[in-house]
Amino acid sequence: MRNFIQGLGVLALGVSLIAGAAAPAFAATTLLNVSYDPTREFYKEFNAAFAADWKTKTGETVTIQQSHGGSGAQARSVIDGLDADVVTLGVESDIDAIASKTKKIPADWRKRLPNASAPYTSTIVFLVRKGNPKGIKDWSDLVKDGVQIITPNPKTSAGGRWNYLAAWLWAAKQYNNDDARIKTYIGDIYKHSPVLDTGARGSTVTFAQRQLGDVLLAWENEAYLAKQEFGDGDFEIVVPKLSILAEPPVSLVDGNADAKGTRKVAEAYLNYLYSAEGQTLAAKWFYRPSKPELVKAGAAALPKVDLVSIDDPLFGGWKTAQAKHFDDGGVFDQLYKPGK
Amino acid sequence: MSKVASRYRDPASETLSWRLILILLAVAFLGIVVVLPLVTVFYEAFRKGTGAFIAAFDEPDAIAAIRLTLTVAAIAVPLNLVFGVAAAWAIAKFEFRGKTFLVTLIDLPFSISPVISGLVYVLLFGAQSYLGPILKSQGIQIIFALPGMVLATIFVTFPFIARELIPLMQEQGTGDEEAALSLGASGWQTFWYVTLPNVKWGLLYGVLLCNARAMGEFGAVSVVSGHVRGLTETMPLHIEILYNEYNFAAAFAIATLLALLALVTLALKTVLELRYGDEIAAGRKH
Repeated sequence: MRNFIQGLGVLALGVSLIAGAAAPAFAATTLLNVSYDPTREFYKEFNAAFAADWKTKTGETVTIQQSHGGSGAQARSVIDGLDADVVTLGVESDIDAIASKTKKIPADWRKRLPNASAPYTSTIVFLVRKGNPKGIKDWSDLVKDGVQIITPNPKTSAGGRWNYLAAWLWAAKQYNNDDARIKTYIGDIYKHSPVLDTGARGSTVTFAQRQLGDVLLAWENEAYLAKQEFGDGDFEIVVPKLSILAEPPVSLVDGNADAKGTRKVAEAYLNYLYSAEGQTLAAKWFYRPSKPELVKAGAAALPKVDLVSIDDPLFGGWKTAQAKHFDDGGVFDQLYKPGK
Repeated sequence: MSKVASRYRDPASETLSWRLILILLAVAFLGIVVVLPLVTVFYEAFRKGTGAFIAAFDEPDAIAAIRLTLTVAAIAVPLNLVFGVAAAWAIAKFEFRGKTFLVTLIDLPFSISPVISGLVYVLLFGAQSYLGPILKSQGIQIIFALPGMVLATIFVTFPFIARELIPLMQEQGTGDEEAALSLGASGWQTFWYVTLPNVKWGLLYGVLLCNARAMGEFGAVSVVSGHVRGLTETMPLHIEILYNEYNFAAAFAIATLLALLALVTLALKTVLELRYGDEIAAGRKH
């Protein structure tokens, strides 16, 4: 019996030694970038480019760690103590939530970087199956009989919120700001949605890999990426005439960066997003660069769309829109009835 | 043995065709629910060739995930081993007030969704809790770091060892222990030389089950992980990431490793049963 117990002990010790032996040595500076879903591929390349640039400029080695998930869920993690040096989230309201709940970010954070802290922008487009079998051309076609829409949950996903607002925008113009008719349309959109994933990437996988639904409401960059990943033949991108200007913002998390002493490199990291290299990479991964004049040749220009900003009087900025539409008991809660 | 059995009427009195139908049904069910998914995992992993399969493991993030999974299990399982034995011993061999309550408490992790199990630790140790900032000022990070993931894993795998041992120990009764004590053994000696040897196989099963779950846990760990690549991603979380990055071959490659670990556990259990079958049966009858 003794041997038996000793054996177990040795086994446990052995496993922990194996596990411990290969532990990495963190001598160099590390930055943690807490981001949202569709930026995975972009930041993978951007981080490598920044690390190389920082090395040439300062001689210091910097490692950038990434965390991805639904934008709202990621903000929640930072609020609960995830040690992000920078956040690069999907909507302003998620960074506002961190600012107000933790005080680790000053309230006027949007003024600190160019273009209201949005180094790249995007919009919402439709991804449909090859040949567009349901004939989806514009927002009105989404609620036709037999059309199934894939869109993430606006409660947890920034992409989900932009989708919702883009649809609202179209309906407001279409129905001359008739509140009742807009709400009927938005309600119909969610009646046509069989599943609401928690993040934009989850929705893309649902649509592209699990083959559910007829149309995916997606970030423009996410739609192009999915089209590229799954082979150009399977999907088509439909660009509506009117859509929303999505501005995914970035910010330093001052409280965390100062505690870790990484402010200087974290600020350089965010500024690098606005450099020629950063803007070119953003364009390469199908974002709309905020400084298109800096983009080096090679990246294809995205189609022109009539884009309306969240700061349009229709929405009145993120704070107003967030409170009206997405807070508990807001318009989305009133309109969305699961399973009906 | 067969002579004794032949005195009784064959309990399976159904006609041959009925028996065949029932057997087929059982096999088909098992095939669809267990075998088919397992085969799919391996099929998907190798669909793009062995090159893609091997490439999945030649990735710093994958290695880090495997290492973290082993570390978490290496901490959580021994702790649950000590606790499980202590709890089972107390419950099976002693009478005390609040015993039923303790049994219910041990079962709690089974009845709670793992997501909730993770969330309670965020509420307890997160930056918005009372404890979180105090610990943080001492430089202790629980949530979104190894301690939180270990805690969540311990919580979820908490009942496995105790649950395996309690019925066994109860069945064995306290006769052996009373004999040992009456012969002058101390409490510790009684436990070490009498109680523990009687349950060693049950204990090993418990440890194997606990370990399998500790390595495979997703929900609770996902909530407290923070999803920092190469740092707080275990194998199940890494699989989700790869899947979400359209890297299906790599996702299923890591999944095969996880499935293999489970299969090894099962095989180990079977080998032990074959090798020590008599001893195990004797232990249970005691």
